[in-house]
Amino acid sequence: MTVLLEARGVTKHFGGVQALKEVSLTIRQGEIYGLIGPNGAGKTTFFNVLTGLYPRDGGEISFGGETLRLASPHEVAKAGIARTFQNIRLFANMTARENVMVGRHVRTRAGVVGAVFRDRRTRDEEAALRRRADELLRYVGIEHRADDVARHLAYGDQRRLEIARALATDPKLLALDEPAAGMNATETASLKSLIEGLRADGLTVLLIEHDVRLVMGLCDRVAVLDYGEKIAEDVPISVQRNPKVIEAYLGGSA
Amino acid sequence: MDIFLQQIINGLTLGSIYALVALGYTMVYGILGLINFAHGEVVMIGALSSLTVIRLLADSGLPGPVVVLIGLLAAALVCMALGFTIERVAYRPLRNAPRLAPLITAIGVSIVLQQLAMLTWGRSYHSVPALLPAATHEVLGATFTEVQVIIVAVAALTMAGLMLLVNRTRLGRAMRATAENPAIAGLMGVDANRIISLTFVIGSALAALAGVLVAANYGIAHYHMGFILGLKAFTAAVLGGIGNLAGAVVGGVLLGVIEALGAGYIGDLTGGVLGSHYQDVFAFFVLIVVLIFRPSGLMGEKVSERA
Repeated sequence: MTVLLEARGVTKHFGGVQALKEVSLTIRQGEIYGLIGPNGAGKTTFFNVLTGLYPRDGGEISFGGETLRLASPHEVAKAGIARTFQNIRLFANMTARENVMVGRHVRTRAGVVGAVFRDRRTRDEEAALRRRADELLRYVGIEHRADDVARHLAYGDQRRLEIARALATDPKLLALDEPAAGMNATETASLKSLIEGLRADGLTVLLIEHDVRLVMGLCDRVAVLDYGEKIAEDVPISVQRNPKVIEAYLGGSA
Repeated sequence: MDIFLQQIINGLTLGSIYALVALGYTMVYGILGLINFAHGEVVMIGALSSLTVIRLLADSGLPGPVVVLIGLLAAALVCMALGFTIERVAYRPLRNAPRLAPLITAIGVSIVLQQLAMLTWGRSYHSVPALLPAATHEVLGATFTEVQVIIVAVAALTMAGLMLLVNRTRLGRAMRATAENPAIAGLMGVDANRIISLTFVIGSALAALAGVLVAANYGIAHYHMGFILGLKAFTAAVLGGIGNLAGAVVGGVLLGVIEALGAGYIGDLTGGVLGSHYQDVFAFFVLIVVLIFRPSGLMGEKVSERA
């Protein structure tokens, strides 16, 4: 399998706190890759560094064979990495459809001139954009809420909307930060089939998750972070039996 | 009764100019949380630079409205370049600084622009050639000029266009997304810096239009006209709920009408002690009342139309 993302020695500190210590990992094309670890282990920090929200202090990330410089978020989006957030961050006052349409921003072009003169190409682009947004809303199963303002959506639907918005950027890698957080068993089960569907459609998925059953049932490989360091990377079954991992989760004599 | 209608007409004229300027304040506030106190000076520079062009063309034999239109285009270009530069030079370096720093900077920019305008155009009051149709008409005992009709119509059309831009286009969605959360908008491929620049450029174009209209309305322009106008437009934006586009329009028109009615009746109300030159008092009285009773403005809770 070809490598999609390779992180080498990624380091990040906040003041004196070392949030990520030389984290290296490799994500292959088409796999579902889990990133787990106790609270505060640096999982979300890794996401933030990966997506350009935080500048990294050291290390290199290559994506699809190209080195990602210390890129700004919109350049990362353009390269093909999209994400969702642990604490949902939609554009709360815009409709579900508009949220997805903003997600499509990176792949559309109409600028000031188009906005003012509404020429043929702009109108066509806008119509296509709207169709694509509706398609994505249908894909995640919330097409009936398209015209509702995002903050009025039910919690589970907001999570789905965030995924639709991320998909609108046409990502090669979709990074999901605790997508099952706060979901009940039924919602989690349908989330699982949604993620499996994404992979079947050719997407690579990076998943941070606390729900161990979900991670073990879904991921091809799993990396474990503890205090900003990668302590294991393997198939789920071996990671589960790794003494270092058990110690990190249960607290040990170390 | 006739004075009532007369003052309503005058108030609508003044109010639509306030609304155009208030939109500039509210757009920048919506996207950056910054009160751009230099915005009034942009209006002033719009008025004076259009005047320069209009004077150059006054004897060219072109019809009056065409000359005004050319003056407006020139003013718009000057102001758009100015707005872009102000953001780039004065505000962008302070994007992550404590809120007071850009606020003080805005006041500084305002002073710098005023002084530059004084050096360029002098301290005197310039009279604006009456090039627009100025015939007066009478309705129910109140008179209005064609200039007033033009002002209200142009302002209304421009504001409708802005609403469409913000609510119906890709650019407008990007502006609203950036206003809600610049970092997340960035993840969607929205270049926040570009959107912020554009916000200043669009606001400045509206300011240029307002400057030309206000000069046409009063027939006069001078280097410190932007200060009080800016302050009142800011009041209008707060009155409507700052950050809210529709609020800025409502606040602007309302403030214009309140002011005109106040000026019309203050003599009667105070038995002739205070005259219509106390008109400015009303704007700031309204500001104080709003801040006490409804600090988020008339349409403040409806943040969905932020831009």
